[in-house]
Amino acid sequence: MRVHALWAGVPVALVLMSPNVSADWAVNLPRGVTEVSQSIYHLHMTIFWICVVIGIVVFGVMLWSVLFHRKSLGHKSANFHEHTLVEIAWTIVPLLILVAMAVPATATLLDMYNTSKSAVDIKITGYQWKWHYQYLDDKFGFFSVLSTPQDEIHNMMPKDKWYLREVDKPLVLPVGEKVRFLVTSNDVIHSWWVPDLGVKKDAIPGYINETWARIDKPGIYRGQCAELCGQGHAFMPIVVKAVPKADYDKWVAEQRKQAEQLAALNSKTWTMAELMSRGKDKFDANCAVCHQATGVGQPPTIPPLKGRPITTGPDPSQHIYTVIHGRPGTMMPAFGKQLSPVDIAAIITYERNAWGNNTGQKVTPQEVLKAEQEK
Amino acid sequence: MSAVVDTHAEEEHHAHGPAKGITRWLFTTNHKDIGTMYLIFSFTMFLLAGSFAMVIRAELFEPGMQLVRPEFFNQMTTMHGLTMIFGAIMPAFVGLANWQIPMMIGAPDMALPRLNNWSFWLLVAGFVLLESTLFMPGGAPNFGWTAYAPLSTTYGPPSTTYFIFAVHMMGISSIMGAINIIATILNLRAPGMTLMKMPLFVWTWLITAFLLIAVMPVLAGTVTMMLMDIHFHTSFFNAAGGGDPVMYQHIFWFFGHPEVYIMILPAFGIISEIIPTFARKKLFGYTSMVYAVASIAFLSFVVWAHHMFTVGMPVAGEIFFMYTTMLIAVPTGVKVFNWVATMFRGSMTFETPMLFAIAFVVLFSIGGFSGLMLAIAPADFQYQDTYFVVAHFHYVLVSGALFGIFAAVYYWLPKWSGRMYDETLGKTHFWLSFIGMNVTFFPMHFLGLAGMPRRIPDYALQFTDFNQVASVGAFLFGATQLIFLFLVIKTVRAGEPATAKVWEGSHGLEWDLPSPAPYHSWTTPPVVD
Repeated sequence: MRVHALWAGVPVALVLMSPNVSADWAVNLPRGVTEVSQSIYHLHMTIFWICVVIGIVVFGVMLWSVLFHRKSLGHKSANFHEHTLVEIAWTIVPLLILVAMAVPATATLLDMYNTSKSAVDIKITGYQWKWHYQYLDDKFGFFSVLSTPQDEIHNMMPKDKWYLREVDKPLVLPVGEKVRFLVTSNDVIHSWWVPDLGVKKDAIPGYINETWARIDKPGIYRGQCAELCGQGHAFMPIVVKAVPKADYDKWVAEQRKQAEQLAALNSKTWTMAELMSRGKDKFDANCAVCHQATGVGQPPTIPPLKGRPITTGPDPSQHIYTVIHGRPGTMMPAFGKQLSPVDIAAIITYERNAWGNNTGQKVTPQEVLKAEQEK
Repeated sequence: MSAVVDTHAEEEHHAHGPAKGITRWLFTTNHKDIGTMYLIFSFTMFLLAGSFAMVIRAELFEPGMQLVRPEFFNQMTTMHGLTMIFGAIMPAFVGLANWQIPMMIGAPDMALPRLNNWSFWLLVAGFVLLESTLFMPGGAPNFGWTAYAPLSTTYGPPSTTYFIFAVHMMGISSIMGAINIIATILNLRAPGMTLMKMPLFVWTWLITAFLLIAVMPVLAGTVTMMLMDIHFHTSFFNAAGGGDPVMYQHIFWFFGHPEVYIMILPAFGIISEIIPTFARKKLFGYTSMVYAVASIAFLSFVVWAHHMFTVGMPVAGEIFFMYTTMLIAVPTGVKVFNWVATMFRGSMTFETPMLFAIAFVVLFSIGGFSGLMLAIAPADFQYQDTYFVVAHFHYVLVSGALFGIFAAVYYWLPKWSGRMYDETLGKTHFWLSFIGMNVTFFPMHFLGLAGMPRRIPDYALQFTDFNQVASVGAFLFGATQLIFLFLVIKTVRAGEPATAKVWEGSHGLEWDLPSPAPYHSWTTPPVVD
């Protein structure tokens, strides 16, 4: 008996000793910060309590029978095996409960599908494995990429509070305005989900799905991709930063200015050191999930970049071509559509000079631009 | 009639026992031998797929990537699902059907014995093909058992082709098995056994067999279109070529939802056999049970898109599939109420089959409740693709289908082997399974509601605690299944002799045969009433 108690203590101790300070025991849906998320929450709680009540009645009768109608107590079995009235009742009553439940559910559904009269339109595109946000009215856009360092994922440094739930650039939205999301994908199916907004919509290549949210209060709301999309599925979080309208307008103006500056970077003359430093950041954010931070890849599915003819040969043109156009039929995507010429140039320069690939070659944004135009 | 029986009896003189050695198993056309092979195969696959689940739970014990790479993790979730569904649960039911249906309807064997042999060995071949992908360059399929395009087509690993052919072989095997079961039930029933006198296990299998014949060709069509997209550059599911990834999901779930019922209806039948035996009281509402199963089977064809509430269907479609899905709760409720009414004012004892049956009713109902919650389309936008769904279908498949299978094995093992199992060991197996199952899957409801998506190898810190609880439960549940293996071996080798009736309250033709049941079940048909 004592030995058994000891063994039972093992799992309990394991759980108690877990070192993660920010872990919690959340057990329910969040109420969220939109009207839709709150109606969903109420539907959820209503159907939950209906189930609880039915459960108590059914399991109660069962428990009663198990406790008292047992042979060991000398209980003799009764002889009935049909009762038309009871059988009709337990068909009709659940049906009525379901009809009562269907009415508010249908109302919420119609509300969720009403995407008209939006103030802000944002196109969300899923990529393996990051999100792109395009502000359609203001003509700028950006990628939002996981910012958790690879070292945290591989347990080589302590994990941050927002481990796997942090991005380099959040989606900024105005509070109190109806925002319409147009959701699509560049490659496989993803799903854009932020529980606090009550929004989940699949991002499907060839489709543009519509949904919307009107956020009630400023704050940071986190979610992540909900549809299996390959090996980086766990590593494409969503961070929404909701700010008052005035702050939002200011932020949009800044973004438009930055977009112009970014375009200017493509014509600037870059030094080797500048390209290498920018290249490392961009490589870690865009390429390291597959090719690994050390360039060793994951053979045989994902080839190494370290010491390969394509990354160390005298002519970089094939290397540039592959990064821009991808490798059809493999997991290598076409980055020409995803990254600016300067970032592609920086990544290629980095790949040709890191991990002992010391070619000493520099690839400039102008070369990349030229290769993109040549097709 | 008597002349036919006589000729048969004469043949009996020449071949009355099983062949010796390996040929007995390779070439057998005997329903009991084939049933045994199905059950052994199923348990082997159960342990294999279970070990994949152990890899999943070990990796998820802590946040961060510890044991495996995300790529391999995805292979594990995929192979766990495929192997459990097509390798463990479905073949177990076919094994039970093979053993029981001829005995329960008063037949000597299945109607199509050679087909029976072929459908078993084809299944084995299909699984050798499927599991071999684990050793291939590029690894096993990694796109989930649902194999959504284009992740499984344009972006799939080279082994996808092997997956497709394996699915074809399993499909052909299932269809042949289903044809055999229908032919047996419709043609070989004992004189006097009208359809409405058939045991419920036979009824549920008859309906399940029709479901199999209806939907396995749909699955075969789906994977064939994948094959075409991968190798012959068609664009069924490729948006860039005018195809439609959402169409894949519609066709897949047109198969997939009836498939869910294929895995639970025979368990309904088993529970409807066991509860009356141990309550020592006739099954309540036999007729309504039969109609409930038939309505569930019919409804299963018109609810498929509730797996796809978030794909962007038009609102009219959402409403249609929400209403039909909610409707399934009515016949399912009728079944649960009938089981409870059977127990009510009975004279119950609690041997291992009854324990599994009672746990089935309670835990399957919990799975049904979460299913009802998932049917509410607006709420499903929050539940879809989270651990809430994982919790839901494991309550239905582990404490539903699997507990039903365990209940059946404990119930009929004395009849098959002629020996009683060890009741203490059986109860230990039950209680540890019951605790392990709930510790594993109950916290997953919370994880899903708190926002953890399914099929991820690594998670945010707030999900740590419940994941650790779930992993501990999973290891307990996994280890417990070895008790069952030990128990069955012990019973077959050294169990106490069983009587023909085995249980005090047993009812039905199989209990009129001696224990162990003779090699050819009913050489002379019994007369019912």
